[in-house]
Amino acid sequence: MKRFEDKVVLITGGGSGLGRSAALQVAKEGAKLSLVDLSEKGMEETKQEVLAVAPEAEVLTIVANCANEPEVEAYVKQTIDQFGKIDSFFNNAGVEGTQNLTEEYPVDEFDRVVNINLNGVFYGMRHVLKVMKEQGHGSVVNTASVGGIRGIGNQSGYAASKHGVVGLTKNSGIEYGQFGVSIKAIAPGAIMTPMVEGSLRQLGGENWEEAGKEFVSVNPMKRFGKPEEVGYLVAFLLSDQANFINATVIPIDGGQSYKY
Amino acid sequence: MGEQKVAVITGGGSGLGQAAALRLAEEGIAISVVDISETAGKETVRLVEEKGSKAIFVKADVSKAEEVKHYVDKTVEAFGTIDMFYNNAGISGPGVKFVDNTIEQIDMVLGINLNGALYGLKYVLDVMLANGGGRIVNTSSTAGVVGQATVGTYSATKHAMVGITKTLAAEYAEQGIVVNAIAPGTTETPMVREYKEKNPDAFKNATEPIPQKRLGQPEEVAELVTFLLTGKAPYINGVVVPIDGGFTAI
Repeated sequence: MKRFEDKVVLITGGGSGLGRSAALQVAKEGAKLSLVDLSEKGMEETKQEVLAVAPEAEVLTIVANCANEPEVEAYVKQTIDQFGKIDSFFNNAGVEGTQNLTEEYPVDEFDRVVNINLNGVFYGMRHVLKVMKEQGHGSVVNTASVGGIRGIGNQSGYAASKHGVVGLTKNSGIEYGQFGVSIKAIAPGAIMTPMVEGSLRQLGGENWEEAGKEFVSVNPMKRFGKPEEVGYLVAFLLSDQANFINATVIPIDGGQSYKY
Repeated sequence: MGEQKVAVITGGGSGLGQAAALRLAEEGIAISVVDISETAGKETVRLVEEKGSKAIFVKADVSKAEEVKHYVDKTVEAFGTIDMFYNNAGISGPGVKFVDNTIEQIDMVLGINLNGALYGLKYVLDVMLANGGGRIVNTSSTAGVVGQATVGTYSATKHAMVGITKTLAAEYAEQGIVVNAIAPGTTETPMVREYKEKNPDAFKNATEPIPQKRLGQPEEVAELVTFLLTGKAPYINGVVVPIDGGFTAI
């Protein structure tokens, strides 16, 4: 079953982690990819991995800072210039930021994290939804987080921005449903990506793997999620089959969800 | 046994249950169709067989614990195990404001939707735990996450599906059991389609509060159920997935 045959999928944060994992999954199912990331090297790695599993795949890579609105406008335009349409958008680029008590959380760090995670997601939707409305179809998956649904502590910028992503998802989802567009968010929990590894290193330093074990000991599944699992969920949510799932947020967290 | 995966579907004779049976059959999964209606259940069996998969019908009133035990036993007898459980049988009740329900009407909805679902989970989990894992999807509803007028008892039972889903996700994840729920909005099942044709005015306003301005299709819900029961992302656990066009986001 090739759900993404002849489909154009735009992915921000496509140079690592969940973006890469989603790119691999949709490319295997026939998608043409437009990857956006700050890191050219990361995208090149993603591209090589994609071509290894989907040799026919067309892959466009665009270096852009998602927190900069003109660069967002430009990556959308470049995608349209190359492929003529955007069927699906994985609006995913994000950072975790520093970990501090609220009183010690640096103001400039808060602004930086919110600019990337929240403003970047808004800019992306602002430009992509215009295209999708004109097309009369499209699907968007925004990356929120468990930290976008409940309190996790020590992450003012991350928590605020990811809760904001949930809000944007519901707001735009109810606006654009009537145009055949479906918008949802995912809320990944402890998925072993480079970003989560970085967070564990903040907690545990050299002993970050121990910190990781401690971290998942409270998870019902007692393990980290795999990026491939998230890629698989994202592909489903971006597919036509999931069009009626709209304006909602789907956790993928091993069952930590039982608390919320 | 072995390669052959087995799913039990309650309320498998019609609507969402039948749609899920047909979609899962495409994956080559053997289906145990449980329904109170023999005619409806056997029709689903015929349709599943037409798709090239195996199926049995087990008649059951799910509000009776012994009949639930019976469908579980019959399934294991026929196919050796239970890998997946779509815990779906339910009725909506008389569609009146709450105090206008008789005690009998309240008990009937509770018996089928709540007791029936819990009995099913208890007996199916016995089998799954003994076999080292399994996947479960409970049918909640938009009325299981928000309030909806004239379906009070139904809404209470569907909220209960959310509670049991989250609890089981916390209790059995370590033993390889994955439990999720779906919360469908009004879906254009054959029953709804027929009603719509006879009463064209009745649904005029039904799509107004739905951001996508349409009803769901049973095939879309079946796709979600199949994703949750067979998909390669078991880390999705303890989740209630609305499939309602955005209805509950407002």
